[in-house]
Amino acid sequence: MDLRYSPEQQQFAQDVREFTRANLDPKVARKVLEGARLERDDFLNWHKALHKKGWVGVGWPKAFGGTGWDSTHQHIFDEVTADEGAPQLIPFGLRMVAPVIMNFGNKEQQDYHLPKILSGENWWCQGYSEPGSGSDLASLKCKAERVGDHYIVNGQKTWTTLGQHADWIFCLVRTSTDGRQQEGISFLLIDMKTPGITVRPIIMLDQEHEVNEVWFDDVKVPVENRVGEENKGWTYAKFLLSHERTGIAGVGRCKRIVKRLQNVAQQAKSNGKPLIEDVRFRDRLAQVEIDLRALEITLLRVLDAEREQRQPGPEASLLKIKGSEIQQMLTELTMMAAGPAALPYVREGENGAADVSWLSDEAYRYASGHYFNFRKTSIYGGSNEIQRNIITQLVLGL
Amino acid sequence: MDFSLSEEQIALKDTLAKFIERDYSFDNRWKVIRSTEGWSRAHWNQLAEIGLMALPVAEADGGLGGGGVDTMVVMEQIGRGLVLEPYLGCVVVPAALIKAAATDAQRAALCEGLASGETLYAFAHTEPGQRYERASVSLAATANGAGYTLNGKKISVLGGDCADTLIVSAVVAGDSAASLFLVPANAAGVKRHAYPMQDAQRGADIEFTNVSVGADALLVTRGKAQAAIDYALDVGCAALCAEAVGAMTELQKITIEYLKTRKQFGRALGTNQALQHRAVDMLMHVEMSRSMALEAAVAVENPDANARAKAVSAAKTLVGQGCRFVGQNAVQLHGGIGVTHELNTSHYFKRLAMINATLGDTDWHLARYGDSLLAA
Repeated sequence: MDLRYSPEQQQFAQDVREFTRANLDPKVARKVLEGARLERDDFLNWHKALHKKGWVGVGWPKAFGGTGWDSTHQHIFDEVTADEGAPQLIPFGLRMVAPVIMNFGNKEQQDYHLPKILSGENWWCQGYSEPGSGSDLASLKCKAERVGDHYIVNGQKTWTTLGQHADWIFCLVRTSTDGRQQEGISFLLIDMKTPGITVRPIIMLDQEHEVNEVWFDDVKVPVENRVGEENKGWTYAKFLLSHERTGIAGVGRCKRIVKRLQNVAQQAKSNGKPLIEDVRFRDRLAQVEIDLRALEITLLRVLDAEREQRQPGPEASLLKIKGSEIQQMLTELTMMAAGPAALPYVREGENGAADVSWLSDEAYRYASGHYFNFRKTSIYGGSNEIQRNIITQLVLGL
Repeated sequence: MDFSLSEEQIALKDTLAKFIERDYSFDNRWKVIRSTEGWSRAHWNQLAEIGLMALPVAEADGGLGGGGVDTMVVMEQIGRGLVLEPYLGCVVVPAALIKAAATDAQRAALCEGLASGETLYAFAHTEPGQRYERASVSLAATANGAGYTLNGKKISVLGGDCADTLIVSAVVAGDSAASLFLVPANAAGVKRHAYPMQDAQRGADIEFTNVSVGADALLVTRGKAQAAIDYALDVGCAALCAEAVGAMTELQKITIEYLKTRKQFGRALGTNQALQHRAVDMLMHVEMSRSMALEAAVAVENPDANARAKAVSAAKTLVGQGCRFVGQNAVQLHGGIGVTHELNTSHYFKRLAMINATLGDTDWHLARYGDSLLAA
């Protein structure tokens, strides 16, 4: 039993830090550390820098061009890059559809899609939720009718994160209405340039454009773009969701936010004294730090236990619940630290440029927006209540 | 980074698990509780044979040289079985004190009885009005030429009911910090008020009236004992975290079993979503607590006292919250039967509540952790 990093792991952390400092645009790092909105290229340039180094397929096996890193190295990479202000690698291609293609896709699909996911040539988005099917995902209605060598897709997907940037979308579609609803779902890969696809922004409560509605109107999808068997898509969907949940814990990002919050609490003044000297605030900060440490060790335990089988188990649900709660608490504390400076809403200019010279303290510019935005974390990826249902069934056996 | 136990640790765990299965049924435990001493010398000897008493003693001192993780393995089983023998009070904490505070010659003399289990030690430290503050000792030691005279009172001494030798913290007039003295429990002027505690373990409040000890009773340089005290209490906290995890795990299991079998309105209790989600929250507390018990077990080996303190207090805070949540909700989910003495549910609940109240509660450790943020 040893919770320290070995000398080799420490050296790896150092290498990752040096690489990040040398290759990450400092302007992007600043945006990330401040919590500003990122543009498509901010994500892509970092992705491409990592690709050049061979570090973009973080959780991928070597056979598919991945790093082949074990869970500890993956965690170190996540932690160090987050700490340095690197943008999060967009998970929809790398962490979500890629494992599905690796495990259930055919050779042609693997050869075509995986290299383009690695290189960043294709940006993926997720077509899971529908207006009437959120946590109750298996009730989805978006229909795919087989006509010759094609499926004709009609329906609507929603909450499509960063779909405005996407080249491809992976979709759960209904191919049968016979039997249990889980047994009539198929998994399609769809080129976003296909005629009949419309993307419409949904403006979130922080007034940002992060998610979209995607409409399908007689969209022709070649049958060879189906992953695995027809009507077996639910199996692949669940496999993907468990991958999504370990990522959602967001431990590296949380550690970065904690660090920032510590700085804010040292610098912010309350009645002339640093906010950290306010025992009520200090208790809250201490508590969330402790919770985060417990989550981190729990995550490492889960990853360690999974090393053999490579697929996250139902424990991933536990990480999702705690991780989302901690993220929300951190954004709430940051807003609290801002005090009255939490009130102004600062409209972002087209390229992030806006006159903020009137702001009393720019450090808090994004504090409230994040608090509002992060309410999503306990809802997406299967709401925390759905996660509790999953643990009830699969772990507790109730 | 490595989360696996060594072969020896796995063997130790299995041996203790078997001991508990064989000797620690609900009924057997009751017989021991009702006995005069409230714990079993026969059990004690069995545990000594397994090597438990020698475990935390350094190899150079005739022990097995075990560390924080070894203690964690033992304490987790002690928690599972609600073991009554005073391992924490009479072995874990004294061994840490002796390791940190005794001279080579003293260690040789003290460790033989400690490692064999023949001599029982207890740390008499807490005082009325002191709560959990570790440095506010007021028991007075007066230099009297040949040695010292002790006057004052200690409370809630774990193992204070049965210890042969007390390690007593005291302040010599003029010193700014505490010293440690070895005091035979049968010395003239030592008066113990032994009692069963809420969780059926035993303890004592102890009065010291003109107790005379020699100069050789001093365990560490006079006035310089605080570092050893902090270390030993941190070791104790880490052990308590592990014990809590063992008890919580068992209580969680018992509760799930109850939810599956108890029927109400014609169906199992566990089919109600309100109860299911509570049970999931209990499980999360157990798993987060397990992670922090690991953190504490590893941290007690850290030579950096500040880092050790921070990690141990983080653990004791989070585990204390787990003790409360799992304990209270296990009782709640059991309903009426949970508030009786007839099921082990309430016994686990009481032990978990007492663990939170021992060696610093959630508030105290959260504040100690918070202080480390101020210093940063």
